[in-house]
Amino acid sequence: MYTEIAIGMVMSIGMIGPAIGLGLLVGKGLEAIGRNPEAAGKIQTNMILGMAFTEAIAIYALVVALILKFV
Amino acid sequence: MAANLHISISAETITKFGSLNYSNSLLTSTIVTVLMVAFFVLVNRSLDAKKKKPGALQNLAEFVIEGFNSMVQGVTGDEKKTRFFMPFFMSFFLFVLFNNWFGLLPGVGTVGFKETISGTEHAVLLENKVTVPVSEVQASTEEVAYEEEAAEHNEEAGEEHVEAESRSVFVPYLRAGTADLNTTLALGLFSQVMAQIVGIKYLGLSYFKKFFNFKDPIMFFVGILELVSEFSKILSYAFRLFGNIFAGEVLLVVISALIPLVVPMPFYGLELFVGFIQALVFALLSLVFFNVATISHDDH
Repeated sequence: MYTEIAIGMVMSIGMIGPAIGLGLLVGKGLEAIGRNPEAAGKIQTNMILGMAFTEAIAIYALVVALILKFV
Repeated sequence: MAANLHISISAETITKFGSLNYSNSLLTSTIVTVLMVAFFVLVNRSLDAKKKKPGALQNLAEFVIEGFNSMVQGVTGDEKKTRFFMPFFMSFFLFVLFNNWFGLLPGVGTVGFKETISGTEHAVLLENKVTVPVSEVQASTEEVAYEEEAAEHNEEAGEEHVEAESRSVFVPYLRAGTADLNTTLALGLFSQVMAQIVGIKYLGLSYFKKFFNFKDPIMFFVGILELVSEFSKILSYAFRLFGNIFAGEVLLVVISALIPLVVPMPFYGLELFVGFIQALVFALLSLVFFNVATISHDDH
């Protein structure tokens, strides 16, 4: 049972940071597109790259949770 | 229901070559490699200077290579560096992309065989949750000891034992290559080692000034941080790719177990997108790190 609680904690606490980061990232990206719609393509590419990095942090937590669950 | 789902965090062994385990993810990446090599060999064969018009195959290959070339050029901004980095960028991208997408094909991860667990005695004992040391069990006759322990265990948790007795593991023939930590770790290691080689090629031994700088204490600690970050990049590469792809597979398995019709389709699309983005991220990151390694530390 402790493992299940640990998995829940890993996912819930681990997701806080990436969630805030993703929100900030996309918000700023949309703001930038709004200011300069011509640069939408470039901004979008870089935004998606940044999102992948931010998501990676969430993925680390996910990997830990998966290891706890299945190993 | 959850017990019926087949989710394994590590790749399963299909065959053995001596002491080398040939896992299903290794088989998939071999297939992907063979297909990719075959395609480019085919393209190379179709090149013919005498022909007036390029064929469809050549057009396709030129389109792809030009796209990659302009992308690399945008990052490096140097024709010579582009020529050097482009092959790495392209092979990283294509290898990771096709491995990601190969895992989404129907049949991959679902077609396989059942393998009954026939491990060593120790493994069998562990399977039955026997805690008596192996040496003790081995001291008495093997069969009897096993029966005794099994009987004891039976009393403790009756049904569980029966399940463990007839236990067989499902082993799929194919598993997405990048859904195995070994593959991604190998890719990450290769990329990072290559970054060091690129650095030495462009800066010579002064490349190591980045890590070992005794001019002043601040730079010394920055050097230590740089050194640690080189190693953490390997793990970062490996876990990012593995986590994304493996999580995608688990997501698809769970969703299709919950609602098998129509509902998994958008997730399938999402996985196609994630596979593409992760391939792009991996290739682009390697490219950026290669490029950073070529820039002298005093310049920036």
